[in-house]
Amino acid sequence: MKRVVITGIGIVSPTGTGKESFLYSLKNGESGIKLVPQLETLNFNCRIGGIPKTNGSLYLPLLEKYNLVHAGSTVLFALLSGLEAWDDAGLTMPEYNSSETDPETGIIIGSGIGSMDIIGDTLIPLVKQGKHRRLKSTSVEQLLFSAPGACLSGVLAAGNICTANSNACATGTEAVLMGFEYIRQGKAKRMVVGSTEGYSPYYWAAFDALRVTASNFNDSPTKGSRPMSASACGMIPACGAGILILEELEFALLREANIYAEIAGGFLNCGGQRNGGTMTAPSSEGVIRCIAGALTDANINASEIDCISGHLSSTMADPLEIRNWTIALKRQGQDFPYINSLKSMTGHCLGATGAIETIAAVLELKNRFIHPSINCEDVHPEIAGLIDINKIPAVIIENADLRYIAKTSFGFGDVNACLILKKHS
Amino acid sequence: MEEIRSKVIKILDKYIFEKKIWDNIPEDFSLIGDLKINSARIVDIVIDIEETFDIEIDNKTLQNLKTINDIVATITAKQRK
Repeated sequence: MKRVVITGIGIVSPTGTGKESFLYSLKNGESGIKLVPQLETLNFNCRIGGIPKTNGSLYLPLLEKYNLVHAGSTVLFALLSGLEAWDDAGLTMPEYNSSETDPETGIIIGSGIGSMDIIGDTLIPLVKQGKHRRLKSTSVEQLLFSAPGACLSGVLAAGNICTANSNACATGTEAVLMGFEYIRQGKAKRMVVGSTEGYSPYYWAAFDALRVTASNFNDSPTKGSRPMSASACGMIPACGAGILILEELEFALLREANIYAEIAGGFLNCGGQRNGGTMTAPSSEGVIRCIAGALTDANINASEIDCISGHLSSTMADPLEIRNWTIALKRQGQDFPYINSLKSMTGHCLGATGAIETIAAVLELKNRFIHPSINCEDVHPEIAGLIDINKIPAVIIENADLRYIAKTSFGFGDVNACLILKKHS
Repeated sequence: MEEIRSKVIKILDKYIFEKKIWDNIPEDFSLIGDLKINSARIVDIVIDIEETFDIEIDNKTLQNLKTINDIVATITAKQRK
């Protein structure tokens, strides 16, 4: 089987658009959560959220050539992060009029929801008014669930597989694993993978109605997302995109690419919505089996995991997630690895979260640090009973001797994804 | 007529990336042949024209809008009604 490395990253997130600004916030523990006035107008319980800024992106002039500047946010976030990742990998942007395609490069870009902004803001109002003739010619291509990858492939002239996956909040991590498998099996040399979730109050409303969002922090937005804290009272909705360039190791070495990290292995499964697992709650058995499967796939022992990038979404499920980790790794107290949650700063970017968090983990491995998990000054007592609370860094840990990071994502449907990232040496 | 023509050209320009294409085109240029506009974008151009001139262009007329003169003539006729 082929070995797979990460050679490029691109990001549009509430804590920064572009690798440099994201890395700065990541190291400094800066929250990207703000008051969203529109949610106040619409009587939401949770009126704060994480919405990336994309104005001023270097890639907007290029997108103009392809008539993509006015794409909805789901597609636009994927395009901006995808083009950044391509550049970051040191790859050449194809000419607009060139007839060459790249059969070695494939694309898998997922989303949890799809282009709800286009549906809610344009499609439904015009159809209801009997004015569907006014829909732009790009409506169909923007509505496609595969639109983010399809639009990106048009710019990159990518000629291998081009598709979209969807698996709730595990979507991003799943996309990375799917691309990894594709290269591992020798079906492609390079894969552009990741996930995107656009901004729209319409689908945020469904989470708000389900009462899974935090409503106690509308006056102090940056304190709202507090994974592993005793005062965590729900997730903070957010959006964005993260795209990674994966390459076969030999292929990357041949072109002397900058290598961020290696993907050592991973596992995808479902708890089957039994034994405590439901549509919205995870089955511990399923989670533990997923983590064990990833360790086996990566051919490493549980003792070798140095850090966990948790799913940890600032809900009642956080203590259960820690308990599952202690069982899966057979490690607790001081023996437990470091653990952090990017969602403490970005909020929960839903379908995009797995890819964004994978990028954070990749940056940690490459730059030898462990990012802080903020707003956890009051560690949940159940968690404090399981692990040494110093394993949850309140501030950055520099010069960290990291070899393996485990990245997990869990989603509605009782679905699980676990990725094992390895330092490249 | 000239005013209508220049307003239409302004609309068409939004759909053209290679601006130098304007330098060498016939007086009665065609949208797809001469300006190389993607045929799918004709729908957007018609929507822009309808909004700019406050007219409605039916599907049959749309099929006959090939050149700038076709467009200007259609707008002029609709506005007279």
